[in-house]
Amino acid sequence: MANSDVRLLGASASPYVNRAQIALNVKSIDYEFIAENLFAKSELLLKSNPVHKKVPVLIHGDKPICESLVIVQYIDEVFTNGPSILPSDPYERATARFWAAYLDDKWFPLIKELRTAQGEEAKASLIEKIVEGLVLLEEVFVKGGKGKAFFGGDSIGFLDLALGSFLGLLKVGEIIAEVKLLTETKTPELLGWAERFSSNDVVKGVILEPEKLIEILKSFQAARAKAAASN
Amino acid sequence: MAEEVMLIGAKGSPFTRRVETALKMKGVQYEFMEEDVSNKSPLLLKYNPVHKKIPVLLHNGKPICESLVIIEYIDETWKGTPILPEDPYERAKARFWAKFMDDKCLQPLWKSCSSQGEEQEKAKEEACELLKILDNELKDKKFFGGDTIGLADIAANFISHWFLIIQEVTGVEVSTKDKYPKLYEWIDEFVNCSIIKENLHPKEELVAVFRGRLQAATATK
Repeated sequence: MANSDVRLLGASASPYVNRAQIALNVKSIDYEFIAENLFAKSELLLKSNPVHKKVPVLIHGDKPICESLVIVQYIDEVFTNGPSILPSDPYERATARFWAAYLDDKWFPLIKELRTAQGEEAKASLIEKIVEGLVLLEEVFVKGGKGKAFFGGDSIGFLDLALGSFLGLLKVGEIIAEVKLLTETKTPELLGWAERFSSNDVVKGVILEPEKLIEILKSFQAARAKAAASN
Repeated sequence: MAEEVMLIGAKGSPFTRRVETALKMKGVQYEFMEEDVSNKSPLLLKYNPVHKKIPVLLHNGKPICESLVIIEYIDETWKGTPILPEDPYERAKARFWAKFMDDKCLQPLWKSCSSQGEEQEKAKEEACELLKILDNELKDKKFFGGDTIGLADIAANFISHWFLIIQEVTGVEVSTKDKYPKLYEWIDEFVNCSIIKENLHPKEELVAVFRGRLQAATATK
């Protein structure tokens, strides 16, 4: 596959971009990564994603595909060499999609809130909800996993990608709130899964280390403040 | 094997209606269980413990939740009229627009009619922008899915039916034929599709459901 045929507009700090990167790695696709400055978006980004103006955008030939989970499914359906990302059974596919949507709509917003939460009570309440969500995923892993390494079985699948992409920012949340969110007591299986996910070849080097993420988040904050001040 | 398909839903819900449309497109026989969402049944709480919401599809006892997830499940499980196209890029576009409806459109459209004051003005502005985007997307197509209805059209059912009724009930005017001609053409085509036409809820029923919801929405302020 020619390098210029597959381009990914993204920002390495974004878990949504990471999902697309990992999916492309699963399929061993060579691609060009075009780093976007989210505070000075390129013409290409604005043209390719006029509706949301967000990353990631996968450009395959001249076709733009937007929204991380839509991109992952596209990658799975177009690049048929290599392991499947979604399971083949319709019920398992529905289960994976359900939990991915839960993570995006309900769970990850809690992680974002935790970073800026003020007051012990607010933090404690968020931590409780975040852990509750992880316990749900722990149950999904144990029930559906059949004792395998990943949600997807022997190899990384859709739900692995969906949750795994958040691991960097989860660790950032743990550092800032000074609490462990994945624990031996409540989510032992997920702890093991997180380790296997992060050290897997298709993931290595994609998700940034928490220290780097913290640095980038600080620079985003500064850029936002600057933009707000000049308005 | 005798197949058991049950849909737990509510007649006034566009999300339930989406799933019914998908089931009817495939010619699937199913049992419908009307749920009183103000007094949720043990069955609903058992089969959707995470969200406790309708619709829930039960296929041979196994629950599937979230309307768009359910529709893809239906498309993958039963042959017949395809709901998603075959081409991966077209599928990606269908999923993109379906998600756009749910993530971006529903709240502002609902709020543009159900809220008050500044909140309502802001929602109306947002709703207009969103409807313009949809109107543009339809510029050279009969349906979001092309020549035949697909996932995105089914997901847009809120606009084709419910939103027009809410506007009538509240007297708020956000969506008009002059402003969004292509969208209104789409509404005509969509509502006149036999599968949609045969299964439209009587308007009076939906009006009653929305009067109730709007009262509840204003009462909680």
